[in-house]
Amino acid sequence: MIFLEKNIADPLLNLAPLVILFPLLGLAINLLLGRRLGEKGAGVVASLASGSSFVISLLLTLSLQAHPQAFTLPLFQWISIGSLSVSWDMRVDTLSTTMMLVVSGVGTLIHVYAIGYMYNDVHHQGDVGRYRRFFVFFNLFIAAMMLLVSANNYLVLFVGWEGVGLCSYLLIGFWFEKGKDGIGNARAAQKAFVVNRIGDFGLLIALFMMFWWFGSLEFERVFNAARSLAPAQQGVLLAMTLFMLMGVAGKSAQLPLYVWLPDAMAGPTPVSALIHAATMVTAGVYLIARSQPLFALAPAAQGVICWVGALTALLAATIAVGQMDIKKVLAYSTISQLGFMVAAVGMGAITAGMFHLITHAFFKALLFLAAGSVIMGMEGANTVAHHHAGNPEEEIDPQDMRNMGGLQKRMPLTYGVYLVGALALAGIAPLAGFFSKDEILVSLWDYSLPIFLLLLLTSFLTAFYMGRQVLMVFAGKARSQAAQQASESPKVITIPLLILAVLSLLGGLINLPGVATLEKWLEHTVAMPEAGHFSPAIALSSTLLALLGLALAWVLYGYRSLAKLQQSDPLANYLGVIFHAVQNQWWIDSLYQRVFVIPYRYISHEVLAQWFDQETIDTMAHDLGRWNQWFARVLSYLQNGFVRTYGLVVLLGVVVMLAFLATR
Amino acid sequence: MGIPVSYYLVLSAIMFVIGILGVLLRRNALVTFMSLEMMFNAANLIFVTFAAYYRVLTGQIFVFFVMTVAAAEVAVGLALMVAIFRTKHSIDLDQMSSLKG
Repeated sequence: MIFLEKNIADPLLNLAPLVILFPLLGLAINLLLGRRLGEKGAGVVASLASGSSFVISLLLTLSLQAHPQAFTLPLFQWISIGSLSVSWDMRVDTLSTTMMLVVSGVGTLIHVYAIGYMYNDVHHQGDVGRYRRFFVFFNLFIAAMMLLVSANNYLVLFVGWEGVGLCSYLLIGFWFEKGKDGIGNARAAQKAFVVNRIGDFGLLIALFMMFWWFGSLEFERVFNAARSLAPAQQGVLLAMTLFMLMGVAGKSAQLPLYVWLPDAMAGPTPVSALIHAATMVTAGVYLIARSQPLFALAPAAQGVICWVGALTALLAATIAVGQMDIKKVLAYSTISQLGFMVAAVGMGAITAGMFHLITHAFFKALLFLAAGSVIMGMEGANTVAHHHAGNPEEEIDPQDMRNMGGLQKRMPLTYGVYLVGALALAGIAPLAGFFSKDEILVSLWDYSLPIFLLLLLTSFLTAFYMGRQVLMVFAGKARSQAAQQASESPKVITIPLLILAVLSLLGGLINLPGVATLEKWLEHTVAMPEAGHFSPAIALSSTLLALLGLALAWVLYGYRSLAKLQQSDPLANYLGVIFHAVQNQWWIDSLYQRVFVIPYRYISHEVLAQWFDQETIDTMAHDLGRWNQWFARVLSYLQNGFVRTYGLVVLLGVVVMLAFLATR
Repeated sequence: MGIPVSYYLVLSAIMFVIGILGVLLRRNALVTFMSLEMMFNAANLIFVTFAAYYRVLTGQIFVFFVMTVAAAEVAVGLALMVAIFRTKHSIDLDQMSSLKG
C-alpha cells in the first residue's frame, strides 16, 4: 500500500519507511531469536539493522540532491476526531535526512563499538544475559529517533520524542540494581524520566495550543496558520513557543531542567555516547530548527531561548571544570555544547546550530567512546589485579580521573583519538569543532553582544576543562595500579573510534566558510535569515582563547607532576571556595532537592497519602461501612426465625392491602 | 336452594379464621398443617357455593384441582416433617429458627 503512491518524484523516496522498519526488524529478531544467535550474533544483527537504516538514509539524501523539495509520504490516517485529523506521514526533506544520517551513522558506529564494550561490561557486571537486551533497547532507540526526525506533524514527532525518552530511561537504568545503595542507577533513570516529563508537559501544552488556535498539528499548516495569526495574536505565539522551549529544556538538558543529564551517566558508556551526547539530547535543537517559522514570528521567545542556551553553556562549562569523574566532565560538556546549539537555533541561525549538532555528534561520541575504552582498560586491570591473590589494595573507581594518569603509554591509540576529540571540542582549527563553534559565535556577534561574550568565555572554559581532562587521564605518571596495568582495547572498539576521529578531523568540511555546503542544503527546507559571514577576527580570538585555556590547563595539570592529585585538585588552591562550589555543581542539585523534591515528597506522602487518603477518604469509606453494618444489624432483628411471625406479617400485609383496595 | 348464600360465606369465613389462628398460634407442625388444610377448604367451600349459585361448573372443577394440589403438598410437607423429626427429634416450629438473623 505504501509503495503505490505515484505522485512522488523519485521512487527511491518510497524507501523512507525502511529507516524505521530496519531497526524494528533488528529488534524483533533479537527479541525472538536472540538467544539462539548468541552474543556476537545479537550485536551483529543490531549493527546491521542500524547500518541498513544508514544506507537508506544515504539513498534518501542522494535522491533529495536531485530534487531537494520536501516531500511527504502518507502512510495511514491515524486520528480523526471532529475537526482534528492526524495522519501518519513521513517527511523527507533536507533537514530530516541530515538528522537521519547523523543518527544512523553515528548510531551504527556506536552499535559496533558496543559489541565489544558490552561484552566486557556484562561480564564485568556479572549478568551475561543482558547483552541481548542492550541491543534490543538500542535498536528501539534508533527506531524512535528516526520516527522523531521523520515526522510530518507534531503529534508523530511527539511519539518519537517519548519513545526516545523511554529508551533513555531503560538504558540509564540498564544496571538498575547497581549504583549507590543498590538503587542509584534506578534513581538516576527515574530522575531523567521525571525531569523529562516536566519538559514534555510543556511541549504537550504547546501542542494543545496549536490544535486550539490553528486546528492542525501538521508542520506546514501550523506554520501557515501562524503567519496569518501572528500580527493579531502575538501573545499566543509567544506562549506557544515558550511552552515548546520547556520541552526543549527537558530533552536537551537546558536550564533549568538540565539536572538529569549528569546522572544519566549511570548508563553504560555507549548509551552515554549515543543517547546522551550525540542524538537524543539534540532532539530539542532539532525541534527548534524544525519549528523555525514559529520562532521567527516570536522574536521575544527567540531572545529567551538564546539566553537560556548561553547561560546553560556557561554554567555547565564551569561545573565541568571541577568534576573528577571522566564521564561527568563529558556530561557537563555536553550540556554546555547543547547550550551553544540552542542559543544558535534560538536566534535563528539554524545552519550554525545544525552544523554544531553534527560535528558535536562526531567528537562527543568519540570522546565518550574513548572514555569508555579508558574505563574498560582500567576495569580490566582492576579485575586482573584482584585476581592475583594477595592484593590488599581495595577496588578503585575506574571512572575517577584521580586514579588515572600515564595512560598515554598504556593506551596509545585511545590517547590519540581522545586528543583529536578534545581538540575538536576545544575548537582548535582546523578540526570540526572550530568551524561549527565559530559559525555560532559569528552569528551571535550580530545578534547580541552579551550572549556572544558569554559563549566566548564558555569556549575558553571548554578548552580548559578538556585540557585538564586529557592531562589528568593520559599524562604524567600512573596514580593507581589499575592505571599502571591498563591495556589497549580490542579492534572492535578502536575501529569505530578511528572512524569517528577521522570524522572529527574532517567534519568541518561539510560547511566550510565560503562554500557553505550544509547551509545551501538546509536552505531548501528552512528559511534562513542572512547568515553571519566568516570573520577572521572572531575566529582568531576564539582560537587564541582556546589555546589559552589549553595552556592554562597545562600549567596547572601538566607542567608539575600530578602524583598527589588524589588529595586535592591544583585548582582548589587558587580558587578555594569557588572550586568547591563548582565541584558541587553550584549546589543546584541540592537546591532542587530542598525546594522541589523534599516539599513534593512531603505533600505527596504526608498530606495526600497520609492525611487526605488514609485519614479523610478512608475514614469516610470506613464510616459508611460501619453505618451500613449497624443498619443491617437493626434490620436483622426482623429475621427472628419463627415461621409464625412471618406468617403474621404476611397476614397483616394482606389485610392492609385488602383494606386499601376496599376503601379506595 | 333453601339455605342463603350468606350462610355459606359466614361458615367459610369462620373456617378460614380458625385456620389462620391455628397457623399463627400453634407450635406443633402437624396442627399447623391441619389448619392450613382448613383454610384450603374454606376457600373451596366458597368456590362450590358460587358455582352452585351461578350454575356454572368452572368452580367445581377448580376445587378438584385445589384438592389435588393440596394432597400433593401435604405429601411433600409430611415428608419434610419426618426428615426434620429425624434430626431434631421434635416438630416444634419454634425450634426451627436456625435461619434467624
